[in-house]
Amino acid sequence: MNLRSPDLGFRLSAGAFALALAAIVVAIGVELTRQSWLSITEFGFDFWRSSEWDPVSGEFGALPFIWGTLYSSFAALLIATPVALGIAIFISELSPSWLRTPLVFLTELLAAIPSIVYGLWGIFVLVPAVRSLQMVTPEFLRQLPLFSGPPLGIGMLSAALILAIMVVPFTSAVAREVLRTVPNTQREGAYALGATRFEAIRAVMFYARTGIVGAIMLGFGRALGETMAVTMVIGNNPQVSASLFSPQHTMAAVIANEFTEAADDLYLHALIEIGLVLFVITLVVNALSRLLIWTMAGGGGTAARAKA
Amino acid sequence: MNGTLRRKVISALFVGACALAVVAALVPLAFILFFVASQGLQAISLEFFTGTPKPVGEPGGGMANAIVGTLMLVGLAALFALPIGIMTGIYLSEYSGGRFSSAVRFATDTLNGVPSIVIGVFAYGVAVLPFRQFSALAGGMALGIMMIPIIARTTEELLLLVPGAMREGALALGASRARAVFTVIVPAALPGIVTGVVLALARVAGETAPLLFTSFNNRFFSTSLTEPVSSITVQVFTYAISPYEDWHRQAWAGALVLVTIVFVCSLLARLATARVARIRD
Repeated sequence: MNLRSPDLGFRLSAGAFALALAAIVVAIGVELTRQSWLSITEFGFDFWRSSEWDPVSGEFGALPFIWGTLYSSFAALLIATPVALGIAIFISELSPSWLRTPLVFLTELLAAIPSIVYGLWGIFVLVPAVRSLQMVTPEFLRQLPLFSGPPLGIGMLSAALILAIMVVPFTSAVAREVLRTVPNTQREGAYALGATRFEAIRAVMFYARTGIVGAIMLGFGRALGETMAVTMVIGNNPQVSASLFSPQHTMAAVIANEFTEAADDLYLHALIEIGLVLFVITLVVNALSRLLIWTMAGGGGTAARAKA
Repeated sequence: MNGTLRRKVISALFVGACALAVVAALVPLAFILFFVASQGLQAISLEFFTGTPKPVGEPGGGMANAIVGTLMLVGLAALFALPIGIMTGIYLSEYSGGRFSSAVRFATDTLNGVPSIVIGVFAYGVAVLPFRQFSALAGGMALGIMMIPIIARTTEELLLLVPGAMREGALALGASRARAVFTVIVPAALPGIVTGVVLALARVAGETAPLLFTSFNNRFFSTSLTEPVSSITVQVFTYAISPYEDWHRQAWAGALVLVTIVFVCSLLARLATARVARIRD
């Protein structure tokens, strides 16, 4: 680089803003660590092994929240992934072109609806519906740990369903972008060999598999951090239970619910430590999925750095 | 022959399953829009836009303070996010190679994936705790941090769409890099960038989690930057989890306002980008 170039000043000043962006990410990690130090030093790893959450007596164990976050996110992923991939395939491979734009618009609208609106709808429409579903669950199924407990409506099943609805447009948008990076020769080659539509799409999906896995993981990262809609329907009860019917809690939800109530420093630090771990988990999940998508797109290509 | 038939049937079933997936996603969308529209329209009135919250038991009241609060918070967020977001986007598109650019790009995607509640906790730590005071500024900062990556990425993508000949032409005429960027390249991409900014504003206007313990809530009308301020989203949350019928109605009215904002912004964005694409063709 020519040091006397008049462009250097421009590059440095624009670069300073870019540096500020990167600094914010680092600052989040540092600040959360600093603000949760009391809890980190007091409980160490026991924080994540204990399921005793009793702010009054100063007992803080975060196992139920980790459990609830992972359970709800995996359940949502299980429901959302087939639907999201189906939509992505339909829009990019099957849809007549006049239908494509409206479909993209509608799925984007689904992604743009604020999570508080999902939560409101969840409380007054989804939860009653889930409750009636639970009422008619046959007795032999209710014997299973997966469906045990009274039919409250509020609980893990409602949370997983609402998360799934929220994750679908996100995963399908990224998957669509990934499918767009597959060269047309792949499709033409398959059809030229006499493949049916399904077989051609299977070939395309196989070609795009890395990026597709990345898209699914990005959706998972979204589900992990989702707060408002989940806290409004999951019941906010810290317990480790396998039942889809039982009210449980998540990491994001406990922060949202108890943060302003945290009267003493240790309580506050415990909540921020939960935030710190949520930050680290989503960081890892996102980094891995970006890596997969970038590999697929051939190194930092913007095509697959799809919508938020 | 039998094998061909089987393959065709499998293929048709698969196509049907994909179409079914589309329907499966659109049904909840229709349900949500239907409930928000029907419940919201029943509850909304002129007083909703002019009044402030009434205590439990008194019917009526509105969210004028929350609407103003949301506008304030979104405005603060834009002030905070636009310079960093746009300049980062410019840097990434002008100097796209290099290790620093890759690192920044990675940071942008990372920041975009940080859960909004975590950003709220961060803003609490740096903008609430030191002053022992919930404030509009802290809320605006939290929303601003959420906006930065969206704006940076939109700007970068749109600047890369500007034909290289325009940049080369400006440089060949002797313009400095800064001059070429600000008088030729950015103006060419401006309609798209504005669209991206509008979408980002709409998105953060619907955020609740980062505001719960930064701007908090305020039953009264406040335009002070250093006081807690109400917002539509937090107000809807408060009303939604309350046990009162009147408040539930207010919550639906608030949801209707939020969805309308999002819908109008998305529609405008879509129309604007469609026009830009047509001009480019």
